[in-house]
Amino acid sequence: MELHATGLSCERGGRTVIRDVAFTLRAGELLQLTGPNGSGKSSLLRLIAGLNSAASGKLSLAGGSEGLSIAQQAHLIAHQEAVKGALSVRENLDFWRDFLGGGDVAAALEAFGLMRLADYAAGLLSAGQKRRLALARLVLTPRPLWLLDEPTVGLDSASLVRFVDVMDHHLASGGMIIAATHVPLGREADHRLELAGPS
Amino acid sequence: MSLILALIRRDLMLSIRQGGGVGTALGFFLTVVVLLPIGIGPDQALLARIAPGALWIALLLSVLLSADRIFQQDYEDGSLDIMTMGPVPFEMVALAKAVAHWLSTSLPLAIAAPILGFLVNLEAAAVLPLTLAMALGSIALSFLASIGAAVTVGLRRGGLLVSVLVLPLYVPVLIFGLSASDPGAAPGLTFAALLILAAIALVSLVLSPLAAAAALRAYLR
Repeated sequence: MELHATGLSCERGGRTVIRDVAFTLRAGELLQLTGPNGSGKSSLLRLIAGLNSAASGKLSLAGGSEGLSIAQQAHLIAHQEAVKGALSVRENLDFWRDFLGGGDVAAALEAFGLMRLADYAAGLLSAGQKRRLALARLVLTPRPLWLLDEPTVGLDSASLVRFVDVMDHHLASGGMIIAATHVPLGREADHRLELAGPS
Repeated sequence: MSLILALIRRDLMLSIRQGGGVGTALGFFLTVVVLLPIGIGPDQALLARIAPGALWIALLLSVLLSADRIFQQDYEDGSLDIMTMGPVPFEMVALAKAVAHWLSTSLPLAIAAPILGFLVNLEAAAVLPLTLAMALGSIALSFLASIGAAVTVGLRRGGLLVSVLVLPLYVPVLIFGLSASDPGAAPGLTFAALLILAAIALVSLVLSPLAAAAALRAYLR
Protein backbone atom coordinates (compact mmCIF):
# COMPACT_ATOMS: atom_id res chain seq x y z
CA MET A 1 0.00 0.00 0.00
CA GLU A 2 1.36 3.39 -0.95
CA LEU A 3 0.04 6.94 -0.71
CA HIS A 4 1.55 9.14 -3.37
CA ALA A 5 1.22 12.90 -3.77
CA THR A 6 2.77 15.10 -6.46
CA GLY A 7 2.58 18.86 -6.95
CA LEU A 8 -0.35 19.33 -4.56
CA SER A 9 -1.64 22.86 -4.21
CA CYS A 10 -4.67 24.04 -2.34
CA GLU A 11 -6.50 27.33 -2.06
CA ARG A 12 -8.64 28.66 0.76
CA GLY A 13 -10.60 31.86 0.32
CA GLY A 14 -8.57 32.81 -2.76
CA ARG A 15 -5.25 32.40 -0.89
CA THR A 16 -2.86 29.59 -1.75
CA VAL A 17 -2.13 27.78 1.53
CA ILE A 18 -0.27 24.77 0.16
CA ARG A 19 2.06 24.99 -2.81
CA ASP A 20 3.65 22.11 -4.68
CA VAL A 21 3.71 19.49 -1.95
CA ALA A 22 5.01 16.03 -2.83
CA PHE A 23 5.54 12.94 -0.70
CA THR A 24 5.37 9.16 -0.82
CA LEU A 25 4.22 7.12 2.15
CA ARG A 26 4.45 3.32 2.28
CA ALA A 27 2.76 0.82 4.52
CA GLY A 28 4.12 0.95 8.07
CA GLU A 29 5.48 4.49 7.80
CA LEU A 30 4.84 7.64 9.79
CA LEU A 31 4.97 11.05 8.13
CA GLN A 32 5.30 14.07 10.38
CA LEU A 33 4.11 17.45 9.11
CA THR A 34 5.81 20.45 10.66
CA GLY A 35 5.75 24.16 9.99
CA PRO A 36 4.64 27.44 11.58
CA ASN A 37 1.01 28.33 12.30
CA GLY A 38 -0.95 28.87 9.12
CA SER A 39 1.51 26.92 6.99
CA GLY A 40 -1.28 24.62 5.77
CA LYS A 41 -0.84 21.48 7.90
CA SER A 42 -4.54 21.17 8.68
CA SER A 43 -5.47 22.10 5.13
CA LEU A 44 -3.26 19.33 3.77
CA LEU A 45 -4.86 16.76 6.11
CA ARG A 46 -8.36 17.93 5.16
CA LEU A 47 -7.36 17.78 1.51
CA ILE A 48 -6.30 14.13 1.89
CA ALA A 49 -9.53 13.44 3.81
CA GLY A 50 -11.49 14.64 0.80
CA LEU A 51 -12.99 17.66 2.57
CA ASN A 52 -11.15 20.09 0.35
CA SER A 53 -10.31 19.83 -3.32
CA ALA A 54 -6.85 20.35 -4.74
CA ALA A 55 -6.26 23.32 -7.05
CA SER A 56 -3.60 21.26 -8.82
CA GLY A 57 -1.58 18.10 -8.36
CA LYS A 58 -2.41 14.45 -7.85
CA LEU A 59 -3.08 12.25 -4.86
CA SER A 60 -3.38 8.50 -5.21
CA LEU A 61 -3.54 5.46 -2.97
CA ALA A 62 -2.16 2.28 -4.49
CA GLY A 63 -2.99 -1.10 -3.06
CA GLY A 64 -6.02 0.01 -1.10
CA SER A 65 -9.52 -1.44 -1.25
CA GLU A 66 -11.09 -1.30 -4.68
CA GLY A 67 -14.08 0.99 -5.02
CA LEU A 68 -13.39 3.01 -1.88
CA SER A 69 -12.20 6.60 -1.93
CA ILE A 70 -9.10 7.63 0.05
CA ALA A 71 -11.39 9.34 2.58
CA GLN A 72 -13.33 6.12 3.13
CA GLN A 73 -10.09 4.34 4.04
CA ALA A 74 -8.89 7.08 6.39
CA HIS A 75 -9.56 8.35 9.90
CA LEU A 76 -9.33 12.09 10.55
CA ILE A 77 -8.70 13.31 14.08
CA ALA A 78 -9.10 17.09 13.93
CA HIS A 79 -9.26 19.82 16.57
CA GLN A 80 -12.99 19.32 17.03
CA GLU A 81 -13.63 16.09 18.87
CA ALA A 82 -16.98 15.08 17.32
CA VAL A 83 -18.19 13.98 20.76
CA LYS A 84 -21.83 14.33 21.82
CA GLY A 85 -22.09 15.50 25.42
CA ALA A 86 -25.63 14.17 25.91
CA LEU A 87 -24.57 10.60 25.09
CA SER A 88 -22.44 8.38 27.30
CA VAL A 89 -18.89 7.50 26.31
CA ARG A 90 -20.00 4.05 25.21
CA GLU A 91 -23.00 5.40 23.24
CA ASN A 92 -20.70 7.79 21.38
CA LEU A 93 -18.53 4.90 20.26
CA ASP A 94 -21.56 2.67 19.58
CA PHE A 95 -22.83 5.25 17.12
CA TRP A 96 -19.53 5.61 15.28
CA ARG A 97 -19.20 1.82 15.14
CA ASP A 98 -22.63 1.54 13.48
CA PHE A 99 -22.04 4.50 11.21
CA LEU A 100 -18.50 3.66 10.09
CA GLY A 101 -19.44 0.04 9.45
CA GLY A 102 -18.37 -2.21 12.29
CA GLY A 103 -15.71 -2.32 14.99
CA ASP A 104 -14.93 -3.34 18.54
CA VAL A 105 -16.13 -0.86 21.17
CA ALA A 106 -14.62 -2.77 24.12
CA ALA A 107 -11.17 -2.80 22.50
CA ALA A 108 -11.41 0.92 21.72
CA LEU A 109 -12.37 1.74 25.34
CA GLU A 110 -9.57 -0.47 26.64
CA ALA A 111 -6.90 1.02 24.36
CA PHE A 112 -7.32 4.49 25.84
CA GLY A 113 -8.22 3.52 29.40
CA LEU A 114 -11.86 4.63 29.09
CA MET A 115 -13.43 1.44 30.50
CA ARG A 116 -14.06 3.05 33.89
CA LEU A 117 -15.70 6.09 32.24
CA ALA A 118 -17.81 4.11 29.75
CA ASP A 119 -21.20 4.95 31.27
CA TYR A 120 -20.49 8.61 32.08
CA ALA A 121 -22.11 11.30 29.95
CA ALA A 122 -19.41 12.51 27.57
CA GLY A 123 -20.31 16.10 28.47
CA LEU A 124 -18.78 15.53 31.92
CA LEU A 125 -15.36 14.52 30.58
CA SER A 126 -12.32 16.74 30.91
CA ALA A 127 -10.58 18.05 27.80
CA GLY A 128 -7.94 15.31 27.91
CA GLN A 129 -10.53 12.57 28.43
CA LYS A 130 -12.56 13.91 25.50
CA ARG A 131 -9.44 13.78 23.36
CA ARG A 132 -8.93 10.14 24.37
CA LEU A 133 -12.53 9.41 23.36
CA ALA A 134 -11.88 11.03 19.97
CA LEU A 135 -8.68 8.99 19.55
CA ALA A 136 -10.55 5.80 20.50
CA ARG A 137 -12.26 6.03 17.10
CA LEU A 138 -8.90 5.07 15.54
CA VAL A 139 -8.95 1.70 17.28
CA LEU A 140 -12.72 1.26 16.96
CA THR A 141 -12.94 0.81 13.19
CA PRO A 142 -9.81 -0.44 11.40
CA ARG A 143 -8.79 1.86 8.55
CA PRO A 144 -5.32 1.88 7.00
CA LEU A 145 -4.62 5.63 6.83
CA TRP A 146 -4.68 7.86 9.92
CA LEU A 147 -4.71 11.64 9.53
CA LEU A 148 -3.89 13.22 12.89
CA ASP A 149 -4.01 16.95 13.54
CA GLU A 150 -2.17 17.77 16.79
CA PRO A 151 -3.30 14.44 18.28
CA THR A 152 -1.47 14.76 21.60
CA VAL A 153 -3.02 18.05 22.76
CA GLY A 154 -4.29 17.67 26.32
CA LEU A 155 -3.03 14.11 26.86
CA ASP A 156 -1.29 13.28 30.14
CA SER A 157 1.93 11.24 30.12
CA ALA A 158 0.20 7.88 30.77
CA SER A 159 -2.21 8.47 27.89
CA LEU A 160 0.67 9.53 25.70
CA VAL A 161 2.36 6.18 26.32
CA ARG A 162 -0.90 4.41 25.43
CA PHE A 163 -1.21 6.49 22.27
CA VAL A 164 2.34 5.66 21.17
CA ASP A 165 1.54 1.96 21.73
CA VAL A 166 -1.56 2.27 19.57
CA MET A 167 0.42 4.00 16.81
CA ASP A 168 3.19 1.38 16.99
CA HIS A 169 0.66 -1.41 16.68
CA HIS A 170 -1.03 0.27 13.72
CA LEU A 171 2.26 0.80 11.88
CA ALA A 172 3.46 -2.73 12.66
CA SER A 173 0.32 -4.15 11.08
CA GLY A 174 0.93 -2.21 7.88
CA GLY A 175 -0.94 1.03 8.54
CA MET A 176 0.09 4.55 7.58
CA ILE A 177 0.02 7.72 9.70
CA ILE A 178 0.29 11.36 8.73
CA ALA A 179 0.53 13.55 11.82
CA ALA A 180 0.72 17.33 12.01
CA THR A 181 2.36 18.40 15.25
CA HIS A 182 4.84 20.78 16.84
CA VAL A 183 5.71 18.57 19.80
CA PRO A 184 7.59 15.26 19.63
CA LEU A 185 5.16 12.39 19.03
CA GLY A 186 7.07 10.03 21.32
CA ARG A 187 8.07 8.04 18.30
CA GLU A 188 10.60 8.64 15.55
CA ALA A 189 9.00 9.69 12.25
CA ASP A 190 10.03 7.88 9.07
CA HIS A 191 9.61 11.02 6.99
CA ARG A 192 9.37 14.68 7.78
CA LEU A 193 7.68 17.27 5.64
CA GLU A 194 8.33 20.91 6.45
CA LEU A 195 5.56 23.12 5.14
CA ALA A 196 6.78 26.65 4.53
CA GLY A 197 3.38 28.12 3.93
CA PRO A 198 2.53 30.87 1.44
CA SER A 199 5.27 33.44 1.04
CA MET B 1 -29.29 0.95 5.52
CA SER B 2 -28.42 0.06 9.11
CA LEU B 3 -25.97 2.98 9.07
CA ILE B 4 -28.77 5.37 8.23
CA LEU B 5 -30.94 3.87 10.97
CA ALA B 6 -28.07 4.31 13.43
CA LEU B 7 -27.88 8.01 12.57
CA ILE B 8 -31.65 8.49 12.86
CA ARG B 9 -31.65 6.66 16.19
CA ARG B 10 -28.83 8.82 17.54
CA ASP B 11 -30.55 12.05 16.48
CA LEU B 12 -33.82 10.99 18.10
CA MET B 13 -31.98 10.05 21.29
CA LEU B 14 -30.21 13.43 21.31
CA SER B 15 -33.44 15.33 20.76
CA ILE B 16 -35.08 13.50 23.68
CA ARG B 17 -32.12 13.93 26.06
CA GLN B 18 -31.28 17.52 25.21
CA GLY B 19 -34.91 18.65 25.17
CA GLY B 20 -35.95 21.99 23.75
CA GLY B 21 -36.95 20.51 20.37
CA VAL B 22 -40.51 19.33 20.18
CA GLY B 23 -41.46 20.72 23.61
CA THR B 24 -40.63 24.29 22.64
CA ALA B 25 -42.25 23.89 19.23
CA LEU B 26 -45.46 22.52 20.79
CA GLY B 27 -45.52 25.38 23.29
CA PHE B 28 -45.12 27.87 20.46
CA PHE B 29 -47.86 26.15 18.47
CA LEU B 30 -50.21 26.28 21.46
CA THR B 31 -49.45 29.96 22.10
CA VAL B 32 -50.19 30.99 18.49
CA VAL B 33 -53.46 29.03 18.51
CA VAL B 34 -54.52 30.54 21.84
CA LEU B 35 -53.67 34.08 20.72
CA LEU B 36 -55.83 33.78 17.63
CA PRO B 37 -59.33 33.82 19.26
CA ILE B 38 -58.15 36.59 21.55
CA GLY B 39 -57.09 38.67 18.56
CA ILE B 40 -60.10 37.95 16.39
CA GLY B 41 -62.87 37.85 18.95
CA PRO B 42 -65.31 35.17 20.04
CA ASP B 43 -67.23 34.90 16.74
CA GLN B 44 -67.60 31.10 16.56
CA ALA B 45 -68.68 30.93 12.91
CA LEU B 46 -65.73 33.05 11.82
CA LEU B 47 -63.30 31.01 13.90
CA ALA B 48 -64.60 27.74 12.44
CA ARG B 49 -64.10 29.12 8.94
CA ILE B 50 -60.48 30.22 9.46
CA ALA B 51 -59.47 27.35 11.78
CA PRO B 52 -57.78 25.08 9.18
CA GLY B 53 -55.80 27.96 7.67
CA ALA B 54 -54.75 29.22 11.08
CA LEU B 55 -53.64 25.77 12.18
CA TRP B 56 -51.62 25.26 8.98
CA ILE B 57 -49.82 28.59 9.33
CA ALA B 58 -49.10 27.87 13.00
CA LEU B 59 -47.69 24.47 11.96
CA LEU B 60 -45.35 26.00 9.34
CA LEU B 61 -43.99 28.51 11.84
CA SER B 62 -43.51 25.95 14.62
CA VAL B 63 -41.65 23.55 12.34
CA LEU B 64 -39.27 26.34 11.32
CA LEU B 65 -38.58 27.21 14.96
CA SER B 66 -36.23 24.25 15.40
CA ALA B 67 -35.18 23.87 11.76
CA ASP B 68 -31.88 25.75 12.00
CA ARG B 69 -30.56 23.11 14.40
CA ILE B 70 -30.87 20.16 12.01
CA PHE B 71 -27.19 20.30 11.03
CA GLN B 72 -25.75 22.96 13.32
CA GLN B 73 -24.45 20.89 16.23
CA ASP B 74 -22.89 18.26 14.01
CA TYR B 75 -21.25 21.01 11.97
CA GLU B 76 -19.81 22.75 15.02
CA ASP B 77 -18.41 19.68 16.78
CA GLY B 78 -16.84 18.20 13.64
CA SER B 79 -19.17 15.20 13.34
CA LEU B 80 -20.17 16.23 9.81
CA ASP B 81 -16.50 16.09 8.74
CA ILE B 82 -16.34 12.45 9.75
CA MET B 83 -19.73 11.66 8.24
CA THR B 84 -18.41 12.69 4.80
CA MET B 85 -15.79 9.95 5.23
CA GLY B 86 -18.30 7.20 5.99
CA PRO B 87 -19.20 4.32 3.70
CA VAL B 88 -22.51 5.93 2.65
CA PRO B 89 -22.93 8.89 0.28
CA PHE B 90 -23.18 12.20 2.15
CA GLU B 91 -26.63 12.78 0.60
CA MET B 92 -27.90 9.86 2.69
CA VAL B 93 -26.63 11.60 5.83
CA ALA B 94 -28.63 14.71 4.89
CA LEU B 95 -31.67 12.49 4.24
CA ALA B 96 -31.32 10.72 7.59
CA LYS B 97 -31.08 13.97 9.51
CA ALA B 98 -34.19 15.34 7.79
CA VAL B 99 -36.06 12.12 8.63
CA ALA B 100 -34.97 12.48 12.27
CA HIS B 101 -36.29 16.05 12.30
CA TRP B 102 -39.58 14.87 10.84
CA LEU B 103 -39.97 12.12 13.44
CA SER B 104 -38.92 14.26 16.38
CA THR B 105 -40.66 17.54 15.53
CA SER B 106 -42.92 17.82 12.48
CA LEU B 107 -44.88 14.60 12.89
CA PRO B 108 -45.71 15.13 16.60
CA LEU B 109 -46.81 18.69 15.76
CA ALA B 110 -49.01 17.46 12.90
CA ILE B 111 -50.65 14.94 15.21
CA ALA B 112 -51.17 17.51 17.96
CA ALA B 113 -52.64 20.13 15.61
CA PRO B 114 -56.21 18.77 15.37
CA ILE B 115 -56.35 18.48 19.16
CA LEU B 116 -55.36 22.12 19.48
CA GLY B 117 -57.96 22.78 16.78
CA PHE B 118 -60.72 22.63 19.39
CA LEU B 119 -59.39 25.90 20.77
CA VAL B 120 -60.29 27.61 17.48
CA ASN B 121 -63.63 25.82 17.02
CA LEU B 122 -62.43 23.41 14.32
CA GLU B 123 -65.41 21.46 12.91
CA ALA B 124 -65.51 17.81 13.94
CA ALA B 125 -65.82 16.78 10.29
CA ALA B 126 -62.54 18.53 9.49
CA VAL B 127 -60.44 16.69 12.08
CA LEU B 128 -59.72 13.57 10.03
CA PRO B 129 -58.88 15.24 6.70
CA LEU B 130 -56.76 17.84 8.49
CA THR B 131 -54.76 15.19 10.38
CA LEU B 132 -54.15 13.25 7.18
CA ALA B 133 -53.13 16.30 5.19
CA MET B 134 -50.82 17.54 7.94
CA ALA B 135 -49.15 14.17 8.47
CA LEU B 136 -48.43 13.99 4.73
CA GLY B 137 -47.48 17.66 4.40
CA SER B 138 -45.15 17.55 7.39
CA ILE B 139 -42.76 15.30 5.41
CA ALA B 140 -42.30 18.08 2.87
CA LEU B 141 -42.00 20.65 5.67
CA SER B 142 -39.05 18.88 7.32
CA PHE B 143 -37.22 18.15 4.08
CA LEU B 144 -37.59 21.69 2.73
CA ALA B 145 -36.45 23.03 6.11
CA SER B 146 -33.29 20.90 5.83
CA ILE B 147 -32.27 22.87 2.71
CA GLY B 148 -32.54 26.14 4.60
CA ALA B 149 -30.72 24.66 7.60
CA ALA B 150 -27.84 23.49 5.39
CA VAL B 151 -27.52 26.81 3.56
CA THR B 152 -27.24 28.76 6.84
CA VAL B 153 -25.29 26.22 8.93
CA GLY B 154 -22.12 28.29 9.25
CA LEU B 155 -23.85 31.60 9.94
CA ARG B 156 -24.30 33.09 13.37
CA ARG B 157 -27.97 33.60 14.18
CA GLY B 158 -29.08 31.91 10.99
CA GLY B 159 -32.47 30.96 12.45
CA LEU B 160 -34.39 33.92 11.05
CA LEU B 161 -32.70 33.57 7.69
CA VAL B 162 -33.91 29.96 7.51
CA SER B 163 -37.50 31.20 7.85
CA VAL B 164 -37.06 33.83 5.15
CA LEU B 165 -35.52 31.27 2.79
CA VAL B 166 -37.89 28.39 3.46
CA LEU B 167 -41.32 30.01 3.92
CA PRO B 168 -41.72 30.79 0.19
CA LEU B 169 -41.02 27.10 -0.52
CA TYR B 170 -43.85 26.21 1.88
CA VAL B 171 -46.48 28.01 -0.21
CA PRO B 172 -47.44 24.99 -2.37
CA VAL B 173 -47.67 22.79 0.74
CA LEU B 174 -49.97 25.37 2.34
CA ILE B 175 -52.22 25.69 -0.73
CA PHE B 176 -52.75 21.99 -1.31
CA GLY B 177 -52.73 21.20 2.39
CA LEU B 178 -55.64 23.59 2.86
CA SER B 179 -57.67 22.18 -0.01
CA ALA B 180 -57.05 18.67 1.33
CA SER B 181 -58.27 19.73 4.80
CA ASP B 182 -61.57 21.24 3.64
CA PRO B 183 -64.40 18.91 4.74
CA GLY B 184 -66.95 20.80 2.57
CA ALA B 185 -65.21 20.05 -0.73
CA ALA B 186 -66.22 17.22 -3.04
CA PRO B 187 -64.49 13.92 -2.04
CA GLY B 188 -62.72 13.71 -5.40
CA LEU B 189 -61.23 17.14 -4.90
CA THR B 190 -59.94 16.33 -1.41
CA PHE B 191 -58.36 13.15 -2.72
CA ALA B 192 -56.71 14.96 -5.62
CA ALA B 193 -55.26 17.55 -3.25
CA LEU B 194 -53.93 14.76 -1.01
CA LEU B 195 -52.26 13.14 -4.01
CA ILE B 196 -50.59 16.42 -4.99
CA LEU B 197 -49.47 16.84 -1.37
CA ALA B 198 -47.94 13.36 -1.52
CA ALA B 199 -46.20 14.28 -4.78
CA ILE B 200 -44.71 17.41 -3.19
CA ALA B 201 -43.53 15.31 -0.26
CA LEU B 202 -41.85 12.80 -2.60
CA VAL B 203 -40.16 15.45 -4.73
CA SER B 204 -38.77 17.21 -1.66
CA LEU B 205 -37.65 13.86 -0.25
CA VAL B 206 -35.57 13.22 -3.36
CA LEU B 207 -34.29 16.71 -4.14
CA SER B 208 -33.64 18.31 -0.76
CA PRO B 209 -30.93 15.83 0.37
CA LEU B 210 -29.04 16.64 -2.84
CA ALA B 211 -29.32 20.39 -2.23
CA ALA B 212 -28.55 20.15 1.49
CA ALA B 213 -25.50 17.93 0.95
CA ALA B 214 -24.12 20.29 -1.71
CA ALA B 215 -24.55 23.28 0.61
CA LEU B 216 -22.92 21.47 3.54
CA ARG B 217 -19.94 20.37 1.42
CA ALA B 218 -19.33 23.98 0.46
CA TYR B 219 -19.16 24.90 4.16
CA LEU B 220 -16.88 22.02 5.10
CA ARG B 221 -14.05 22.86 2.73
